[in-house]
Amino acid sequence: MAEGEEGPAAGSVSEPLDLVRLLLDEVVFVKLRGDRELKGRLHAYDSHMNLVLGDVIETIYVVDDDDDDDEIRTTTKKSEMLFVRGDSVVLVSPQTSS
Amino acid sequence: MENGAGTTQGEGKDPAGFLSDIIGNPVTVKLNSGVVYKGELQSVDGYMNIALEKTEEYVNGTKRRTYGDAFLCTYQPINGVSVIYQSWAAKKE
Repeated sequence: MAEGEEGPAAGSVSEPLDLVRLLLDEVVFVKLRGDRELKGRLHAYDSHMNLVLGDVIETIYVVDDDDDDDEIRTTTKKSEMLFVRGDSVVLVSPQTSS
Repeated sequence: MENGAGTTQGEGKDPAGFLSDIIGNPVTVKLNSGVVYKGELQSVDGYMNIALEKTEEYVNGTKRRTYGDAFLCTYQPINGVSVIYQSWAAKKE
């Protein structure tokens, strides 16, 4: 089973990681633990879901509850290249507009 | 799936066999964080990673986002983001 790699057809999704393989070189949306989100181009991943992303915009949500109405502040950071340790990854999806 | 789940008929089915049987059905996945994902179950692996289609994300009961496809890393023993339940909603035949 060396040659055909795994999976019957290149475009098929038979296990969840196949979905991530299809997202290589695409712009992806990543949800992380701790109310953080990333948008960037997926350059590499492994089975731990360690990720390498390029042209990343990170959004951090912080709830301000000193006022009565808790308002949510967002902080954004940009990075040219980012390594993400897999244990913080919760969700990976093709980029969503919202 | 390749782990041979669901090959033995009758008797008690193992959980993995159950999950591969309901692939294609609408499911609800709740993470330890309380966030709920509803979508069509595309695939599951031995680490409880889950791929969903037509996914809706609910935070505190309100819909936050939708994803065409979503890969969920639900097996994270450290600090526990994990599946609390997975159920299949009523599917019209």
